[in-house]
Amino acid sequence: MKRKEEDYMQDLREIRSIMERSTKFLSLSGISGVLAGLYALAGAYLAFNIFDDTEALVYGIPSGENVWDLLLIGTVVLLLAVSTAVAFSVNKARRKGERVWNPAAKRMLANMAVPLVAGGLLALVFLAKGLIMLMAPVTLIFYGIGLYNASKFTYEDVKYLGFIQMVLGLFGAFFTEYSLLFWAFGFGVMHIIYGIYVNYKYER
Amino acid sequence: MKISIDGLHKAFESRIRLGIMSALAVNDTLDFSSLKDYLNVTDGNLASHLKALEKEKFVAVTKSFIDRKPNTRYTMTKQGRKAFEEHLAALENLIKSQK
Repeated sequence: MKRKEEDYMQDLREIRSIMERSTKFLSLSGISGVLAGLYALAGAYLAFNIFDDTEALVYGIPSGENVWDLLLIGTVVLLLAVSTAVAFSVNKARRKGERVWNPAAKRMLANMAVPLVAGGLLALVFLAKGLIMLMAPVTLIFYGIGLYNASKFTYEDVKYLGFIQMVLGLFGAFFTEYSLLFWAFGFGVMHIIYGIYVNYKYER
Repeated sequence: MKISIDGLHKAFESRIRLGIMSALAVNDTLDFSSLKDYLNVTDGNLASHLKALEKEKFVAVTKSFIDRKPNTRYTMTKQGRKAFEEHLAALENLIKSQK
């Protein structure tokens, strides 16, 4: 059997594609990123209304009722964002004829989840100690670390998103009176920009 | 080992076998259903190609049970990695020489 250059090229292309598909989770959807950003902006707006004067955010320990409101907002935003991302990813994988829960997805999630859980627990510690102003920055920083870590197993651009979240978190921790604004920018605006970017670059 | 004149391994002439090796080259270990997913082949087809690679000692198999269901995991052997890398180098050379 005589094989030609075109066959060899096709072999190499196939090798490349399988290597990429089997190590990277490429079913993340841009639209779910945009939606997650919108949920975060809505959540930040509600949180702003709880602390209508920034003084309370910097020095104050909110009353017991406010703490529960904050936790509720955070949990609802998180659940909405995660379930939207899962639903869109399952859909995207199905359209490509792939399983969504493959080894690459597991690796990406594990790399993401470890820093996220640590950061979430630290945020709760800050809440218990009355360091409310550090809660938003710490979630940004650990989310950024999680993204940076997980980027090896998905679109490489996720690395830059992670980097930006870390920087925003550090700024938020320094300028605590604006920490909620930095949070809204990171989780809200950046997700929307990133979602549009992914949609434009990979889904058109 | 069967190597044709141009340095290409006979075992990798089939694109499915080449695909199996590519996936195993970048994953420590993969189970049957994951491989099937990446390659878009039927069970029987994949099994026969895996058997062929196993016979060449390019792929090692470990069988176990997860929740009483059989689970077969595949790993690339050292020999398999060497053969795969040589095959890749040969492919590149062929393309270069034909240009």
